[in-house]
Formats: sequence, structure tokens, C-alpha cells
Amino acid sequence: MADLMKIRATLKKDFTEVKVLMLHPMETGRRRNDFDEIVSAHFIQQVSATLNGSTVLEAQWGTGVAKNPYLTFYLSNAKVGDKIAVKWMDNKGESNSIETTVISV
Amino acid sequence: MITRRNLLKSAAALLALVPLRVVAAVWNKVAFAATKPEAALQGLGISQPQPSSEIDLVAPDFAENGAIVQIEVESHIPNTEAIAILADKNPTSLIANFMFSNGGIPKLITRVKLAETCELKVIVKVGDRYYEASKNIQVAVGGCG
Repeated sequence: MADLMKIRATLKKDFTEVKVLMLHPMETGRRRNDFDEIVSAHFIQQVSATLNGSTVLEAQWGTGVAKNPYLTFYLSNAKVGDKIAVKWMDNKGESNSIETTVISV
Repeated sequence: MITRRNLLKSAAALLALVPLRVVAAVWNKVAFAATKPEAALQGLGISQPQPSSEIDLVAPDFAENGAIVQIEVESHIPNTEAIAILADKNPTSLIANFMFSNGGIPKLITRVKLAETCELKVIVKVGDRYYEASKNIQVAVGGCG
């Protein structure tokens, strides 16, 4: 499942930049397929990120986030070697997570 | 002895023990199902956002494909707790709500879907005050199928 997410956390001058890519269809529940059938809604609803175990970002998403969501967020207090984990959960109860350590430029 | 009164008391005590984090982690169905920005804001408990020049909203003036529109938002307002993103012409207005804590900087880049030419709006929460910034984006091909 690890290939369904990608993450990179880089310490810049005075902040850490975390880039996350999640592979997910993000179906709105309004799209019709080639057979003119409605494709049921399937989208990520919650995303959370932790730095060494403590929550730094919590997000709630609707169907307006683009397919294969991309997110960059920033931390003021991370150091090289710190652990960053990102987890998502969708409307069907599926979830995935990934972890990385902060590297310098 | 188990009486109705005691049972109710212990049930209430149990409820009080449920950590706030769990409550906060419930997906806001009311806000995300709203088809009008006003209703979405109401669902988020946002009232009377004031325009602010301390919010940076970077987005294209013209989006070729509404299915993927990259936006960047940053709040320079001290003690920013959350940033909500809305598009007034999308079938459901609320796109996302981000909450920051423990050193999370209120700045993010993400990609959104826009159904048609619209006013993209971001609302910043600072305590019980709210600030907003918006940008008009021309959309060539809608992306909310």
C-alpha cells in the first residue's frame, strides 16, 4: 500500500516543507461512467499529520479536492531526523498512512 | 445498586470523559453537504468574516481545466487556527478545512476542483474571529463531474 502515498519532508532555512501525494479517485458521486451509471462517491474526508507523534495538522475534505490529492504543508519546529506521519481516511472507511523523517536540503 | 439514576449518572460521566479530540475529528457532514457558501459557513460555525489583506491567496486567474486547480494559501494573522476553502459555484461549496496546531504553519498548497468560473474564498479562524480573502477564477472546462 505504500505506493499509494508519497511524502518528502525537507528542512529549509527556518521551516520544514512537507509534500504529500495521495493516490485516490476522489469521486464526487455525481460523475457518470461510460455506461451512463453514476459512480458512487469515494473521497478522502480526513487527513491528519503528526510530528514525532503530536498532531500538527488536521484537515477535513469534501469532494472539491482534486483527484490524487496533493498537499504541501509547513512546520516551524521540526529538526532533521524528526518523524512525520500523514494519515488519511475516506468516506468508505478506507485509510492509509505514511511516515518519513525530516531531511535537510 | 444499579438504579436508573445511577446508570444515567455514570453514562453522563463516561460522555464527559470522551476526549475533545475525538469530537473534533468527526467529519462535518452538515458543512460539506451545503450547496450554498452561507450554509457551509454556518455549518462550520463561522460568522461575519472580515476581509483581510494579511491572507495570501495564490491561484491562477484562468484555469484551463477545472478538475485540477493548484492554489496556495497563507495566513499572516497571528494565532491562526484554521483555514477553510470554498468555491461559491461548486455543487457543494466547502472544499476543505485545515486546522493547525503544535508548530503547524498556517500555509498550504493543494489542488481543488472548480465546477465553473467562481469566487474562490478562504476563511481564516483566529479564536472566535474570522477573516476572509477571495479571488475570481475563470474556468474554461468545469471539473466537478
